[in-house]
Formats: sequence, C-alpha cells, structure tokens
Amino acid sequence: MNILETHHIVKQYAQHRALDDVSLNVPRGCIFGLLGPNGAGKTSLIRIINQITGPDEGDVLFLGERLKPDHIRRIGYLPEERGLYKKMKVGEQLLYLAQLKGLSEKQAMDKLKTWFIKFDIKTWWNKNVEDLSKGMQQKIQFVATVLHEPDLIILDEPFSGFDPINANLIKDEILELKQKGSTIIFSTHRMESVEELCDHIALINRSKKVLDGPKLAIKEQFKTHTYHVDYQGSIDQLPEQFVLLDSKLTEDGYTRTNIRIPVGASVNDLIRVLLDKVTIRSFGENIPSMNEIFIKAVGEVPTT
Amino acid sequence: MNTIFLVLKREYLVRVRKKSFIIMTILAPLLSFGFYAMMIYLAVSSVDEKKIEVIDASGMFKGKIQSTDTYKFSYPEVAFADAKKNFLNSDYDVLAYIPADIMAHPEGIQLYAEKGVSYEIKNEIEKAVEREIENIKLTQAGITRKVLEEAKVSVDSDTISLNEEGEKESSTGAATAVGGICAFVLYITMMIYGTQVMRSITEEKTSRIVEVIISSIKPFQLMLGKILGVAMVGLTQFLLWILLTVGLFTVAPGIMQKRAEMAGTVQAQVTQSADGGKKTTVVKAEGPAAKIMKAVSTLNLPLIIGCFLFYYLGGYLLYSALFGAIGAAVDNEADTQQFVFPIMLPIIFAFGVAQFVLRDPDGSLAFWASMIPFTSPIVMMVRIPLGVPAWELALSMGLLVLGFIGTIWLASRIYRVGILMYGKKPTFKEMSKWLFYKG
Repeated sequence: MNILETHHIVKQYAQHRALDDVSLNVPRGCIFGLLGPNGAGKTSLIRIINQITGPDEGDVLFLGERLKPDHIRRIGYLPEERGLYKKMKVGEQLLYLAQLKGLSEKQAMDKLKTWFIKFDIKTWWNKNVEDLSKGMQQKIQFVATVLHEPDLIILDEPFSGFDPINANLIKDEILELKQKGSTIIFSTHRMESVEELCDHIALINRSKKVLDGPKLAIKEQFKTHTYHVDYQGSIDQLPEQFVLLDSKLTEDGYTRTNIRIPVGASVNDLIRVLLDKVTIRSFGENIPSMNEIFIKAVGEVPTT
Repeated sequence: MNTIFLVLKREYLVRVRKKSFIIMTILAPLLSFGFYAMMIYLAVSSVDEKKIEVIDASGMFKGKIQSTDTYKFSYPEVAFADAKKNFLNSDYDVLAYIPADIMAHPEGIQLYAEKGVSYEIKNEIEKAVEREIENIKLTQAGITRKVLEEAKVSVDSDTISLNEEGEKESSTGAATAVGGICAFVLYITMMIYGTQVMRSITEEKTSRIVEVIISSIKPFQLMLGKILGVAMVGLTQFLLWILLTVGLFTVAPGIMQKRAEMAGTVQAQVTQSADGGKKTTVVKAEGPAAKIMKAVSTLNLPLIIGCFLFYYLGGYLLYSALFGAIGAAVDNEADTQQFVFPIMLPIIFAFGVAQFVLRDPDGSLAFWASMIPFTSPIVMMVRIPLGVPAWELALSMGLLVLGFIGTIWLASRIYRVGILMYGKKPTFKEMSKWLFYKG
C-alpha cells in the first residue's frame, strides 16, 4: 500500500518548469529520501503534497484518494526555512499550531505534556520563542510538526541547525515515529543520513525524476562489480576473467588493489587465486555510497 | 470557519494583551478629557492681569470703563505729560490717553505700552469709549440707556429638522462636530489598523512561520482571520472609549459646574469693587459639559453609533485587505513605502473632501464621495449626523459591502502568491499577473 502517489506532476512557473512529469510512489511505513541538488524542484513537490500550491498537471493520491483539504490534518510538515512567532510564548504557540491541525485544546495539551517531559523542556513553556536559542527553537518546531501524530511526516532538511547531540535525538525520534507506523519523507543533501535512515529514495534533477526505488535495489543497480583487496606480496598475473584495476600502497605497508570480476563469475574463484599469491589482510566488495550514486546520477557534487 | 476563528482569536489576544493597547485605550480618552478640562480652566480663570492707566483729558470717562478680571483700569489725577514720563517706571502695562476733544475727534485716543498693545486691549478700550460717547449723545437726544435696552430684542434661532418623523429639534453645531469627529476617528483608525495588518503579514512572511501555517490552513483563511481579528481589536477599543467617555462625562459636569460657579463668584466680587458698590447679578453658569451633552442628545445617537460601526468595519475591511496584499507582496517593511502611498491617497483625499462636505453636506461632491466605497466611510459619516435620505444611506452601504468583497478577493489572489515569494521586490505589473495564477 502506498501512502502517497504522484502521477505525472507538472508545475510551471512564469519562466521555468519546476516539475516535469514527476511520478513517485511512497510506500506506507518507510522513510523516503527525496534527494536532488538545489533548485531541482524538491520544495515545489513538497509544497504540492502539502496543498500549499497546486500542480498544473497530474494528480496526487493520499492513501488512494485524490488529495483534498481534509488530508492536511494527517500530514506534518517541517519546512526548510524554520519560523515561529517570535513574540509568542512557547506553550501557547504549540497549542495554537496543534489546533490549526484540528486537535482540540485538551488533546493538544495532553500530547504536549508528553513531549515536554520527553525532551525535558518543561521550563520553556512560558518563555517567548525569541528568548530561546536556535537549536531550542528547532526542537519546538519539530514537536509542532509531529504533535498531531500525522500519518505522513515531511521533513525538509531536518538536521540543519542541530548540534550532533540534538541531531541524534531527532534521528532517534524519526526512527521511533517510523516504528509507530508513520511514513516519513525527508528531503536532504546529507547523504550520510540518507545512508543511515532511508529505505526508499527518489532523486530529482532539473525538474525531472532521474532515479527512484528501494535504497538497496538502487545500490545494486549502481554496483560496479569491483572488489578491493589489501595484501602483502605482489599479484602480477591473474586469470583472464579478472581485471586488475588501480593499485596503491596503504600507509601501513600493504597494497590495495581493485579488481573487477564479470557478472556471474564466482568471487570464491578470485579469492582462491589470490590465496596462492599473496598474504591477504582484507577483502571486500566495493558498494557504492549514496554520495557516489548521487554524483553519478546528477553529475555534480551535493552541496549543503 | 473554525480555523478562521482560531486565527482571529490569536490575532485578537496578541494585540489586546499588549501593554501599548491598554495604555492607548485608557490614555486616549483621559488625554482628550484632560485637554478639554484644561481649556475650560483657562477660560474661566484669570491668568494674567493687565493694569491700564487712563488719562482722561475730556473728563467724561472717569470710572466709566469697567474693569474685568483681566483688565484693571485706574484713573490717576496726573497730567498726561507726567504720566508718559513716569510710565516706564510705573507698574502699569498700558497708558491710554483720551483727548479733550474726543467728542469731535473720536479717532484721537492714544495707547502707550512698552511692547505694543494687544488687539484685545485696544478693542476693550475702544468699545468702552464708544459706548460712553454713544450714551452721551443719546442723553443729549433725550433717550436714556434704559429705554434703549428695552428696545433691544434678543433673537436666537432654534434649528429644527423637518422630516417624515415629524419635527425634531436638532443642533447643527453638535451635528457638525460629531460628524467631524467621526470622520477624523475613521481616518486615523483606517490608517493605523490597515498598516497594522500589513506589518503583521510582512512579519509572518519574514519570520517564515507562514509556510507552517498555510500547510495547515488555506492562505485565505489566514488572511481573513487576521483582518477580522484586528477589526475586533478596533471595535474593542471603540467600545472601551465610549464607556470611558460616558463615564467621564457623567462625573465631569458636577466638577465643572462647581468650578464655573466659583469663577463666577470671583468675577462678581471684582466687578463690585470696581463699580464701587453697584450691584451685579451673577447668572448661574450652566456647566459647559452639560451643554454639550444636551446638544448631543438632540442627535439620533443610535443611528450615528450604528452607522459609525458599520462604516468603520466596511472601510477598514476595504483598506486593510489592500494593505494586507502589500504586506504579502514585499519581504520587509522598508519596501512597503512605495506601495502604501497609492493606497493612502484615497483615504487622505476622502478626509480632505470631508472638510468641504462639512460646509456643504448636500452638494454633488458630497453625494458622489459618499457613494464611492473608497471615500464613502469618511464622507458619509460627516453627513449622517446632519441627516441623509434613507435610500442614499442604503445605496452607500451596499456599495461599500461590494467594495470590500472586491478588495478582499483581489487581496487574497495577491496574498496567496506573495507570501511564498522571496527575493526581488515585485512591481505592480507582476502583482497584477498574480491575480490570474492558478491554485
């Protein structure tokens, strides 16, 4: 079951086309990474899902239904540009935002209590937002995003502005929300967090979707079928099927060589050959990192 | 609907809780009351006494020019030349010389003072001399002043408005004053609350909270909630002002009356001493506040208050929507200047027209200006206390409702695009394109 599907979305602004025929499927209960360089159209897509703007063409389906105003209450959105009412008290502000999402004042109050205890921020309740540090404000905004227990949570660059400790705290929260059954779409440039958290990814470049699917499948797709081996001694000759790629010396006196094997060939055969020739310290497959996949697919370095 | 109310509630509470709101609401009527009280105080109490030395060469005016609590006339028996010589060293402020041949040459009076003579003193002395000459001439003709007094009839007109409801006593002065005050208050409030809406929208945009909010509710609901919330703040303020003013005016007349009586007594004593025992009757002064209350009570107050609230709301909705659109289109307050002026122009124009309408409330300028929604709130409020035909009022109100529905529609189109646009300051041309953007 997909919680969200977009079919052939087109969004046209005066001079440029922000989204061009973008179709995505977001399975329920996963963490979905929405990747792409700056200006690719991620924010445009997120705004369409949040019904802030409408698509010029195409449909968005939420749990199989065409997106309608009611669905807004089942979505939580943390925009990239964070913002709160600066002169409003923390508690009041959260109550207000929760009520806008359709909670009653009492429901909101009950849920807020849990979060304030969990994050240990009880003393902030009567503080003005402007008196809090930036990281504290981010925490408040995160609470505002997930307070109404939405089925779909959309986080745009959720870790920016957090120190490592708080970033970790938020990461754990995201995983916990997933465990409770929420689906999370998160848009980011930070490939290490994609690596760590995402089950599914989609990559948008220049208004078009260039890649999507389960993370592992995509890694499989981008595999180069190369292996690296660290050893002492020398490999001068290998059977024809194995191709010796580059070699270099490691700092501690070993040699690292990359070897490509053809699809279908056995890795065991390679190891057997190597065992006869050199002393092996380590052996492994070169699995592409998300960073490498990103650069390959987009042709440029991700910028933060 | 519920979400609009939530926004309204927040906007309302945030403003009403502010210290500046509470201070303004209490201070404004106190200030205006204090101002009014001070004027009366200044009017009834003698501040600066002037001593005037009269050298009467004709011998006809001695003791005839009556002193008041501001002017004290005395008639020392000295020669004019000596008086003139000693004038600078004396404690007199003015030296008046009446020549012997005053009857033949009434223009011969000379006034001396160290730094020029005020118009009021000059007038006072001339009048007194004129009166005395008149008396003398009348007596010579065989008419006493008593006969003359009896011949004088005091004419005072009562204005009465005649319409279907029958005759009703009206007070033109009060009607004009009330109309003027209403127009002025509308002018100020449309400006103040309109720009408040604008500023608060720009603030939401720059603090980026707006994206969070409109992922929960429609931009139109946010805009409308805000506009209505600020409107309620205005209504609250008016209500408190009315209550406070009524409160002050019911307490005030008592105090004012006492003060007036006291001043009257002082004046009577002064007159007596100057007159040398001649009896003067002091008419018990009616408190000025009571007089105003009486004049105001001849007006159709429920109609005026009702219309005032209607035109406040209508005019405010019309203009605050436009101000709101500007607030959404720009990134920071500094950029609003160039756009705000075209919106303020009709408000200022309406207030200017109102000055003419005060003088000619039934002319064609008055008619058209009170029909066009952009000027009607201010101009119509000037006319209402003086009486406006029911159909004109209904038409003007109808057009105003259409007007603000129009501007709110217009504003909501600009608003929903503008709040998500950052960077370059848009032009009017771009904004007009936004009107036709899809969803």
